[in-house]
Amino acid sequence: AEVEETLKRIQAHKGVIATMVINAEGIPIRTTLDNSTTVQYAGLLHQLTMKARSTVRDIDPQNDLTFLRIRSKKHEIMIAPDKEYLLIVIQNPCE
Amino acid sequence: KRAYKPVSYVDQMAIHFSLNGNMIPKDSDEGRRQSIRLSIAAEKAPVETSAVTSEEAEIKDEESTGDTQAAEEEEAEGSGTAEVTEAAEVEEPPPPRVKEQKLANQFNFIERASRTLNNPMRERACQSEPTPCKDFSATANQWKIYDAYVEELQKMERSKEKEKPKAQIAKKEEEKKKGRKLTSLELQSDDITKISKAAKIMERMVNQNTFDDIAQDFKYFEDASDEYRDQQGTLLPLWKFQYDKTKRLAVTAISWNPKYKDLFAVGYGSYDFMKQGQGMLLLYTMKNPSFPEYVFSSESGIMCLDFHNDHPYLMAVGFYDGNVAIYNLKKATSQPSYKSSAKSGKHTEPVWQVKWQKDDMDNNLNFFSVSSDGRIVSWTLVKNELVHTDVIKLSVEGTTMQGPEGLQLQTLGCGTSFDFHKKIDYLFLVGTEEGKIYKCSKCYSSQFLDVFEAHHMAVDSVSWNPYHLKVFISCSSDWTVKIWDHTIKTPMFIYDLNSAVGDVAWSPYSSTVFAAVTTDGKAHVFDLSINKYEALCTQLVVAKKKNKITHIQFNPVYPVVIIGDERGHVTSLKLSPNLRKMPK
Repeated sequence: AEVEETLKRIQAHKGVIATMVINAEGIPIRTTLDNSTTVQYAGLLHQLTMKARSTVRDIDPQNDLTFLRIRSKKHEIMIAPDKEYLLIVIQNPCE
Repeated sequence: KRAYKPVSYVDQMAIHFSLNGNMIPKDSDEGRRQSIRLSIAAEKAPVETSAVTSEEAEIKDEESTGDTQAAEEEEAEGSGTAEVTEAAEVEEPPPPRVKEQKLANQFNFIERASRTLNNPMRERACQSEPTPCKDFSATANQWKIYDAYVEELQKMERSKEKEKPKAQIAKKEEEKKKGRKLTSLELQSDDITKISKAAKIMERMVNQNTFDDIAQDFKYFEDASDEYRDQQGTLLPLWKFQYDKTKRLAVTAISWNPKYKDLFAVGYGSYDFMKQGQGMLLLYTMKNPSFPEYVFSSESGIMCLDFHNDHPYLMAVGFYDGNVAIYNLKKATSQPSYKSSAKSGKHTEPVWQVKWQKDDMDNNLNFFSVSSDGRIVSWTLVKNELVHTDVIKLSVEGTTMQGPEGLQLQTLGCGTSFDFHKKIDYLFLVGTEEGKIYKCSKCYSSQFLDVFEAHHMAVDSVSWNPYHLKVFISCSSDWTVKIWDHTIKTPMFIYDLNSAVGDVAWSPYSSTVFAAVTTDGKAHVFDLSINKYEALCTQLVVAKKKNKITHIQFNPVYPVVIIGDERGHVTSLKLSPNLRKMPK
């Protein structure tokens, strides 16, 4: 319930385009975008997150990935990895 | 020349008959032996035999060549001393011979071979089912190995812990619990609460993006124009914290968390005697300006709050209705963990200030509260209950009245604020509504150590200087801020701020800097080492007519102050470099 509130607030925040929750296999559980785009984002970002996490942990196994931000010309993709899930938010920071 | 020439081989020759004879010369050993034998045999057999015809003759040349004459000649010659007459008797059936030994020699061997039947070959095959194969691929990274080790370690620790409880029943219970836990975990697999941590981080990040320029200002902006401003400074507005449910409430207390330097608590209530409603307690973090981290609501307005230094999750709160409560942030409930009540000796008037003390001798948590009912009460948390002890009663001197039946009634002063000395544990100051400041000791419950005639109106706040152990500051609704040395009866400095002063606070980084807020919406920052008579910065923080500022607090680490106002807003401001000068 509280988490739902938080997700709603994030979605309603200024500049946020989309929010997605992806499970450990890369299958989207919850999304505010249309299906095809979601699936595309899910697959690609899942792989990227795995790679990033592998990189961080290879350098120091006691370390772990907490957050991943990809800033592009048009918007910013923010990924918060969890043990079993991946929370992805696409925001337009400048407006 | 005209003789026949034996030709050894002729192409056209056809052999009609060839017989390998075995004749041995008579005079040879074998021949003699055989002739002896034959003669013995001949004696037996009356039949005259031409036994002389010994058969076994060696003929080297097996091929009979030439014409028949030559062959006969050879035969004749071969027979050696065979008599011609006997030659004719060759055609007679050969006489029964005695079985003679057949000599095996290298020239005369008979090969005998036999061949068995080859069994027909038949192929027979049997095929078993292939073992089920599965493709498996994984990368063995260093961190995967590390994870496996860590898991092993945890399993070992858990098994050690399990060995400790001796009762078998306990073990079984644990296993049952584990079983239940597993099932409940499986049920929760679709539950969205798993993502709470990630969601929290994400919210902060999103906010950081939106308020990016403010975050950058907070971290890096230093007002360069301070150099030209002749010692004056400015307050740069940063984030503004507000929550829709507190819009009608005034900020009555602010406090920073001692452990997490970006977390602060704001208490909401109302100063208006007539309009008393609910109270709220919100905890904000500077990392998330748009939503509070914790929200607690209460029936009565909150007047004051204090974080415990050693247990940063415990907060003591004083209410308008005289109650005090302790909130435990670690617990998920929105209700206080412990609350006083009319039975347990709550104040009869609003509690204006609470402050935690060090744990007493029994290691119980305790805190003090001061209230308008004239009592300073020490509350101790004993076995999950709040027990109160009256420490001091603020009796106003010279106002004992003669009540009915000869009782002496002592009117009590109304305490409005207090502060404990940082080093001398038992020493504390109390400000009252009458404008007096009492210096008290925890040991003496009825006598004050000293009285200061401080202000003409209620003392809103007193505070010891964190570095200068003899100095304290007080502010009042009589528009003044006064700085005292507690050994001297008169104030050292007096500042008139043209408006009722709501709150004053020393800065944590310098012994000479303090800030005061007035009800006309201004914040004043003074630095005594630079300018003893004027404020370094006087800045309008909130809209003048509609809003009054109620409290101010310095952040212990960052150069930020937070100011609360009557509309329920909390504004954070960054101090410019001029205001932050450290004493040398």
